[in-house]
Amino acid sequence: MAVNDAIVGWKTITWGCHVLEPGNSAEFRTGDWRSQRPVVDKEKCIKCGMCWIFCPDMAYSQDDEGYYEADMEYCKGCGICAHECPKDAISMVAEEG
Amino acid sequence: MAKRVGVEVSIAIAEAVKLAKAEVIPAYPITPQTHIVEHLSEVVANGELDAEFIPVESEHAAMSACCGSSAAGARTFTSSSSQGLSLMSEVLYIPPAMRLPIVNVVANRAMSAPISIWNDHQDIMVQRDIGWIQTFAENGQEAVDLTLHAFRVAEDRRVSLPIIVNIDGFTLSHVIEPIELPDQEDVDAYIPPFKPKYKLDPRKPITMGPVGIPEVYTEAKMLQDQVIKNSKKVILKAWKEFAEQFGREYNPVETYRTEDAEIMLVTMGSISETAMTAVDKMRDAGKSVGLVRIRLWRPFPGPEFRKAAGKAKVLAVIDRTLPPGALCGPVGAELRSLFYKIPGSPKIFSFVAGLGGRDVTVARFEEIVEKATGYAKKRPKELYEVIGVREK
Repeated sequence: MAVNDAIVGWKTITWGCHVLEPGNSAEFRTGDWRSQRPVVDKEKCIKCGMCWIFCPDMAYSQDDEGYYEADMEYCKGCGICAHECPKDAISMVAEEG
Repeated sequence: MAKRVGVEVSIAIAEAVKLAKAEVIPAYPITPQTHIVEHLSEVVANGELDAEFIPVESEHAAMSACCGSSAAGARTFTSSSSQGLSLMSEVLYIPPAMRLPIVNVVANRAMSAPISIWNDHQDIMVQRDIGWIQTFAENGQEAVDLTLHAFRVAEDRRVSLPIIVNIDGFTLSHVIEPIELPDQEDVDAYIPPFKPKYKLDPRKPITMGPVGIPEVYTEAKMLQDQVIKNSKKVILKAWKEFAEQFGREYNPVETYRTEDAEIMLVTMGSISETAMTAVDKMRDAGKSVGLVRIRLWRPFPGPEFRKAAGKAKVLAVIDRTLPPGALCGPVGAELRSLFYKIPGSPKIFSFVAGLGGRDVTVARFEEIVEKATGYAKKRPKELYEVIGVREK
């Protein structure tokens, strides 16, 4: 198991521990503790965008053909997309390993 | 010229907040702090003070609103007591870590149960480790002066920490005393406009209070500890400048007749005035007794206390709270740590007195000195003793 040693010094940490650059949460990869992933069945998908609307992490984006796909760097496998999909086109599949 | 007038201490504190030109006051009334926020709501309503008075739904909301307004760059004041201060507790830890210089006057009161609206220090001692600078006032004039001092120190960029000014409930808050309220020009000269290093501004967005992952949290807390420790320099300098501006001198630790005193009483807050009377009486009777009073509780002024009391043979430390199951009260424990294994340091005996409004009289101080004198010869079984407690 990795040891969680310091990544910043107390003399170099920002004032008040503020984050001084906006929009940096995109740099924080949060999808690595997912237990399930959404898999989209393109046969059933009608490109309605409900998954994109409901995703709490804005992990979904449209590909060139207009289908929606979740970014696995940010998807936490919550399953809201699968629950909301009006065509049951999304199924949650267990992550291996 | 500032005039000395007879005024209730709570009203005088509110007037000091007005003189300091607080801009946002989120507050919830609670006995015995009520008159402070009541008077502030009046001076805001009648246009004497150009501030936003937010009548919040609870103390938790009061401190939350304080964080928001201070983060947005407004000079922020609130006041609380006892159960109300405890209801704030969850939020109280946040402003020091986020460097938000809120000023909070706490009218010290006992905690339930049994229900008590009367004075002791339990409410603030359970908040000992919230990370705020904390001072204790002895009388009404000092309560006013420490409030002004608090704004000056809190907003200094080298500090940028919140401050609690402790005043004893009723014995200070509700007493009418002759108090000198300084002139506006002098206060303006002493407290410059609030210019925060960072503030919440949509034109220049920053994040305050992000998640501190295990790889960061220890360093954030270490820095916080260093910042409050380093604040002492600014606290002392601001007191020095206060003396120059207003003619009243304040130190982190005060002494009374301690020259060559073998036994020193150690107090915080308003009981110190009674203690001085007791010291006079015991000195008249030929006893070698003095008084040491702690004004600055956090950051704890260790070197100053050692200098003030280190030559005593015995320290009789009075705590105004009884922490159940602890070895002794927090002030006693602090001083035992300070002097631990230092050769020639005083013997320390800890006493609990004045709980829930029980008077600490001259006779009680005499009793404490007598007991401490006895314990210096024969060590007591317990590390503290409750004074004036009835058994049957």
